[in-house]
Amino acid sequence: MPTQSLSAERARRMKSSTIKVDYLARVEGEGGLTVKIKGQQVTDVKLRIFEPPRFFEAFLRGRKFSEAPDITARICGICPIAYQMSACHAMEDACGIKITGPIRDLRRLIYCGEWIESHALHVYLLHAPDFLGYEDAIRMAKDHPDEVKRGLRLKKAGNEIVRLLGGREIHPINVKVGGFYKVPDKKEFCALAEELKWARDAALETVRWVAAFAFPELDRDYEFVALRHPDEYPFNEGRLVSNKGLDIAIREYDQNFIEEHVSRSNALQSRLKERNSYFVGPQARYNLNFDKLSPLAQEAARGAGLGPVCRNPFQSIIVRSVELLYACDEALRIIENYEMPDAPAVKVELRVSTGYGCTEAPRGICYHRYRLDDRGVIVDAKIVPPTSQNLKTIEEDLGQFVQSHLVIQKDRLQWQCEQAVRNYDPCISCATHFLKLHLESE
Amino acid sequence: MKAGPSIVVIGIGNEYRSDDGLGIVVARRLRERFLTKITVLEESGEGAALIDSWKGATWVMLVDAVHSGAPPGTIHCFDARAAQIPTGFFHYSTHAFSLAEAIELGRSLNQLPPHLMVYGIEGENFAAGVGLSHPVEQAVEQVVERAATEVCEALKI
Repeated sequence: MPTQSLSAERARRMKSSTIKVDYLARVEGEGGLTVKIKGQQVTDVKLRIFEPPRFFEAFLRGRKFSEAPDITARICGICPIAYQMSACHAMEDACGIKITGPIRDLRRLIYCGEWIESHALHVYLLHAPDFLGYEDAIRMAKDHPDEVKRGLRLKKAGNEIVRLLGGREIHPINVKVGGFYKVPDKKEFCALAEELKWARDAALETVRWVAAFAFPELDRDYEFVALRHPDEYPFNEGRLVSNKGLDIAIREYDQNFIEEHVSRSNALQSRLKERNSYFVGPQARYNLNFDKLSPLAQEAARGAGLGPVCRNPFQSIIVRSVELLYACDEALRIIENYEMPDAPAVKVELRVSTGYGCTEAPRGICYHRYRLDDRGVIVDAKIVPPTSQNLKTIEEDLGQFVQSHLVIQKDRLQWQCEQAVRNYDPCISCATHFLKLHLESE
Repeated sequence: MKAGPSIVVIGIGNEYRSDDGLGIVVARRLRERFLTKITVLEESGEGAALIDSWKGATWVMLVDAVHSGAPPGTIHCFDARAAQIPTGFFHYSTHAFSLAEAIELGRSLNQLPPHLMVYGIEGENFAAGVGLSHPVEQAVEQVVERAATEVCEALKI
């Protein structure tokens, strides 16, 4: 439980995190939150976050199409695969090619690796301490060492997939437009498969573990947006759908979504043109694709008390754990069926065109659009990361949550506000991990 | 891992962010000097990977860039077994989980090596680019010499 001293400790850490954020190439600024309360009314909620991918859009101009996957992978150290995959799919869309067979499967596999490492990190080291009443994973580890060790090993299993297919675990270098530079043969997966069998059991245990947590109540009329594919739980392909009637091809993204600059912040916020805020990420994927989860993942979700739709964002930790399980299960399925392709990549023939790509990053849809000239040089680029798409929803969650919990102690409220932000695993985890909350009463 | 006390030097940083790469530079110079007598690792600083990197080692030295407000080139040295590493002392490009946190999590899990020294050098320039600033280069030379002496003692040579 938070205490006054804990609050002081957080304030102290917040100061130091300002320095810390200065060092992060991808997160140049700090996450901050201001909730204004007048009497018994929340009057304003502001989440301030910098939006580094803007720079990438500018310096992608003038670069060759083939450079986009490696350049955009640098946007994020936790989800580089998402950027590489969206960039590849956009370029392949521009060039009119579609990847099938083992190369397509390997793309799903490397994405499984990213989901496993990202979800394990968030579930165990970033979010679980909120539910168990610890300041951080370090303190939690003293009382729950086995769980933390399990989380670290799960994360490592995901890293291993990315390392094997990507060449290295951070900013992988083996992904290219058209496929990979080099692909493994089947026997290279042997050791990995054994570890993934352990990981699948550990992920099942994770679902059971988090299902027993206590969850604050929050229920809003969200619009969930995710990819949906007729045959599979979405990673790389599908149509963009929502629970409120959206059903569009990826290339129709810009006609339906808009990014807006909010004057108080360097962050752009996305919204649906016709409606408003929307919700992307594991919970959106789950709610729109429950039927595509593997039987094991569906069974685990039901065992954890979830139905095919889960709306309380505080339960996102369960959904994230179900996806962790699914990613292990799917990775094993792909490895089992894998046959080495004749060539690691298909040939890409250029044409003057605009390409669109959208894939499911661990935190939700990651949209890329590139316009290419006749030499394959990028003339224009647009990248929309998942976090900017959730910002409005996070602010609205916080407004409603604070409004309905004004009576609880301020420290407790601050704690749960931070927890509410972490429900979305924003890709500025470091900044929000040191979130500074100002509760201003007039 | 070699038989006997396994000695691991871990350089942390990003060599394309100027002084942030100082840990990598120190590691490489020690590798040139000791070749296969010790294990030298280059790490980005991702916390979970760090905890894993020293697993099984008995003598570990970490080298990373620091930004604490001290003059550039200032050398900080911590005995991580003896005391807690000040959080916020070590920063690098990863999410949520820093070197200091990795060490403290390792301590909570009883997964710290018996000997764990951390060298931090105050950086001056962390902009994109290669090469170290002058005061950092001088400090790197000093740290390499000090580290080499300590490694020799550990190797008993």
